[in-house]
Amino acid sequence: MVSQDLYAQLHGVVVQRRDKAVLGPLDLDLSGGGFTIVLGPNGAGKTTLLKVLHGVDRLTSGSVSWTVPAKTVRQGQAYVFQRPIMLRRSVRANLAYPLQLLGLPKAEISACVAHWAARIGLSAELDVPAPRLSSGEQQKLALARALIRRPDTVFLDEPCSNLDGRSTREIEDILCDASAAGARIIMTTHDLGQARRLADRVLFLNKGQVEEQGPADRFFTAPKSPGAIAFLNGDIIE
Amino acid sequence: MNEIWAGMAEAFLLIWSLDADLIDITLRSLQVSLSALVIASALALPLATWLAIRRFRHRRFVIATMNALMGLPPVVVGLIVYLLLSRTGPFGVLGLLFTPAAMIIAQVIIITPLIASITHQAMRELWSDYHDLLISLNTTHGQRIATLIWDGRRALMTAALAGFGRAIGEVGAIMIVGGNIDHVTRVLTTAIALETGKGDFALALGLGFVLIALSLCVNLAIHTLSRTEREGLW
Repeated sequence: MVSQDLYAQLHGVVVQRRDKAVLGPLDLDLSGGGFTIVLGPNGAGKTTLLKVLHGVDRLTSGSVSWTVPAKTVRQGQAYVFQRPIMLRRSVRANLAYPLQLLGLPKAEISACVAHWAARIGLSAELDVPAPRLSSGEQQKLALARALIRRPDTVFLDEPCSNLDGRSTREIEDILCDASAAGARIIMTTHDLGQARRLADRVLFLNKGQVEEQGPADRFFTAPKSPGAIAFLNGDIIE
Repeated sequence: MNEIWAGMAEAFLLIWSLDADLIDITLRSLQVSLSALVIASALALPLATWLAIRRFRHRRFVIATMNALMGLPPVVVGLIVYLLLSRTGPFGVLGLLFTPAAMIIAQVIIITPLIASITHQAMRELWSDYHDLLISLNTTHGQRIATLIWDGRRALMTAALAGFGRAIGEVGAIMIVGGNIDHVTRVLTTAIALETGKGDFALALGLGFVLIALSLCVNLAIHTLSRTEREGLW
């Protein structure tokens, strides 16, 4: 059962780069738990939307308001980037880093690190420098590093692009576990199969605008907007 | 050519006989240069890292000034420090002129921009890699600086070694503020200058070889201790 609680509201949000609007103007309510999958063609503004919600990208105009106090919003969020960013440290140190920032006791950090290393199958590589891992392993490590703080909202920007089927399944399993534990997952993907497997709700973006949003079942069976219909048909959207 | 062989022989003799004067000035060279390096690094590393991650008005001007200061003429630095520390200067009351402390001050002024400039370049590249992650993790400015300094420590070691190289080989400023006083402020470079002036080229060259060997030893020791080559692929 997906919660319908309002999470965030975007009011007239515009993000411009070099005088060109890459997102908005956008008015949007985000609500509910589970998986919200953001779909759309390249350049639609999916990544920018995620970064705006996470506070990594600055708004040109408009505002984002939260139903939780602004100070605690970021503490409850985590972000997994499309290209995993590895600290130039060991796998162990990468996993421990977010917990060290929180000032947790060493014993607790060690236990969490061991748990998550086992969860992503990197227990034997704990002392290996993270930049030496394969791209699939790096993405799993980035996901574990994001989830190790038990965030209530996780943003993922195409986390499975360039990964094989096995790695994709492992990442989806971890995400499903996190969702079952109560985390709200907001994720972009180009993989319609993955969207169908995971989505509770879909947000379809095109040219910086939300063209359609709603429950996943309705979106996949009866899309309304021409852009969404074309996208689901596999047509090229320009 | 004969002078060079004579110099090498002199250097060997000085080291072999554990010449008391040589040990005295070598230790003072190390003391002054390492002290200056520690102080300059403590100033330059956080400052340059802060400059890499902060955006503020006139930032480019500050960075350009920092880079320009790398080329500070040591003699001019020595002269200014001399005037500041002389009896009639604003800091004359401290009585630091013609002491190793004055030499350290001059060297700090000379090598801080060099260390800061190299550090800034390295930190800017690392920050572009880490920017999104550290923002995403809601880190404070202090945590960002600490993370960049730790993860970029090998690049920073290069900056520090460049600073040490400039400090240990510096002569103009420390000659002016130190005065090259025997057993007080004489270091390897000022001793070389003195012996050259006296025409004792063999001894000057011998001291020069000792200086080069010392610089090499310190560099190798730091590389070995920090395990640069073993973990260099990170």
